Amino acid sequence: MPKITYVAVDGNQTTIDVPEGTSVMRGAVFNDIDGIVAQCGGNMQCATCHVYVDETTLDKLEPPKEREDEMLDFTACPRKPNSRLSCQLKSSDALDGLIVHTPERQN
Amino acid sequence: MTDRTQPDSVVVVGAGQGGYQTAASLREHGYEGSITLISAEDALPYERPPLSKAYLKGEADEAMLWLRPATYYVRQSIDLVSGTVTEIDPAARSVRLADGSAYGYGHLVLATGATPRTLDVPGKELRGVHTLRTAQDAVALQASLAGARRAVVVGAGFIGLEFAAVAREAGVEVTVVEALDRPLARVVSAPTAEHFTWLHRSNGTELLFGRGLKALHGDGRSNVTAVELADGSRLPADLVLIGVGVTPRTELATAAGLEVDGGIIVDAQLRTTDPHISAIGDCAAFPQVRSGNRRRLESVQNAVGHAQAVAGRLAGSPRAYDELPWFWSDQFATTVQIAGFNEGHETEVVLGSDPDAFSVLLFRGDDLQAVESVNRPADHLAARRLLTQGTDLTPAEAAAPGFSLRTYLRSLAERGTEAPVAL
Ligand SMILES: Cc1cc2nc3c(=O)[nH]c(=O)nc-3n(C[C@H](O)[C@H](O)[C@H](O)COP(=O)(O)OP(=O)(O)OC[C@H]3O[C@@H](n4cnc5c(N)ncnc54)[C@H](O)[C@@H]3O)c2cc1C
Ligand code: FES
Repeated sequence: MPKITYVAVDGNQTTIDVPEGTSVMRGAVFNDIDGIVAQCGGNMQCATCHVYVDETTLDKLEPPKEREDEMLDFTACPRKPNSRLSCQLKSSDALDGLIVHTPERQN
Repeated sequence: MTDRTQPDSVVVVGAGQGGYQTAASLREHGYEGSITLISAEDALPYERPPLSKAYLKGEADEAMLWLRPATYYVRQSIDLVSGTVTEIDPAARSVRLADGSAYGYGHLVLATGATPRTLDVPGKELRGVHTLRTAQDAVALQASLAGARRAVVVGAGFIGLEFAAVAREAGVEVTVVEALDRPLARVVSAPTAEHFTWLHRSNGTELLFGRGLKALHGDGRSNVTAVELADGSRLPADLVLIGVGVTPRTELATAAGLEVDGGIIVDAQLRTTDPHISAIGDCAAFPQVRSGNRRRLESVQNAVGHAQAVAGRLAGSPRAYDELPWFWSDQFATTVQIAGFNEGHETEVVLGSDPDAFSVLLFRGDDLQAVESVNRPADHLAARRLLTQGTDLTPAEAAAPGFSLRTYLRSLAERGTEAPVAL
């Protein structure tokens, strides 16, 4: 099963198995990983599932689609080139080893 | 945790969006008392929006609807009880369940939601006639849809239209019958409504406005076969979805002597007329910050926001609930998002020249009430920020050529009149 690593602001790391097709957001919420609020439940309405993808694993992802891209301009913490909405990142073999950093706050 | 007014136990009736969030937010606030979450549904707390969208299309399984896995409730010491509360005893501060068991409470939160309205017409009990509120309803509807050829949707509200879109995409012939003269009449402005009329018609759905229902007809095996309209015309149908709104579940509150008027009456802190009982979400009629008018709203944001406010108060940090309402709906590939609450507008300003992607700003005098965005997510988020921080934007300014919500928001931040926003 693809493994995803979540790094908190304090450097605390958690690696979990996220079943294929499950989003990186849901992987966190279902494993009590703090730092992702996901107010809208993954419906691309809230931008409170913002993560910074570790530069070393950025190449595992396709670039964001237009709507995600627009929403990323409204995250609570500043947008960076490696910003993504974790509800739009679906786990797959390609994502195995992905590392994401959760931001300081989501809203 | 030093606040002496904190109740030692919280019982929540209803484990939907609001009930779940109350329990979760109490623990997030460090509340250490006991939490009992009572659910009439035989399922882990789940979200409803996908029931008329991804779940209905078969794109999500049941576990994808869950707000949290079962282990969460154990880890957080949230006692998830399955059963229906039949009675509140406000004097003894306890609730009784259908199976006779009883739970005492320090504070009680009513998060009972709403039930779909039914139409009082002959034939409403025929097989193939549905309403949609629960996961169970969605499973039944999905099964009907799999064998359906002609669906009739009664009511062009959000749920009716979302279902109509899914049915159409599944290759079913769809007719929507609406008593008023346009879709979503009570919830969106005319330009947005017009867009949705176009969207559904261009996807091959028939929309009939200003038409009432007289009866549903069935065959010898009690399967629905036709819908008869008030004018006597008949529409063949093997599936009927009744989407004519909901009734708040207030019966427990009424029986307990709480004030109820089109919803459980609560104050700005979401307290009912009994100080030991709060009500939240779809069942609660609460005062709007801006107008003071009491309203009931039906949205995820509203249920979550109410729950967070009540949990905060019970955990020792009381505040008046003043969150901006927002809502969304997906139909075909189109998303409409609404920020704010329109209490009756006088001016509409449409932004964007693309007929498929625009926003409608609704003003009452110079007061921006709400913004409806069709396929313009950035406008929606900008509008949420603007309406939350308060704005003196006038209709004339908004109508100026080249006006953009995002640029306007940025200019406010640059002028330093508002807290800087990440843009
Ligand atoms: C099909 C559908 C699609 C939707 N789509 C959207 C959308 O796209 N965007 C959006 O913002 N909102 C949407 N909504 C609305 C949103 O889901 C509701 O506003 C929200 O669920 C309200 O939360 P609640 O906690 O007040 O009520 P509910 O989520 O309805 O929860 C109430 C719970 O209380 C239980 N209950 C009631 N009485 C008792 C009792 N006596 N004892 C025990 N339990 C009891 C009920 O069984 C139910 O499980 C949709 C709703 C539906 C039905
Ligand atoms: S969870 Fe709301 S946008 Fe991702």
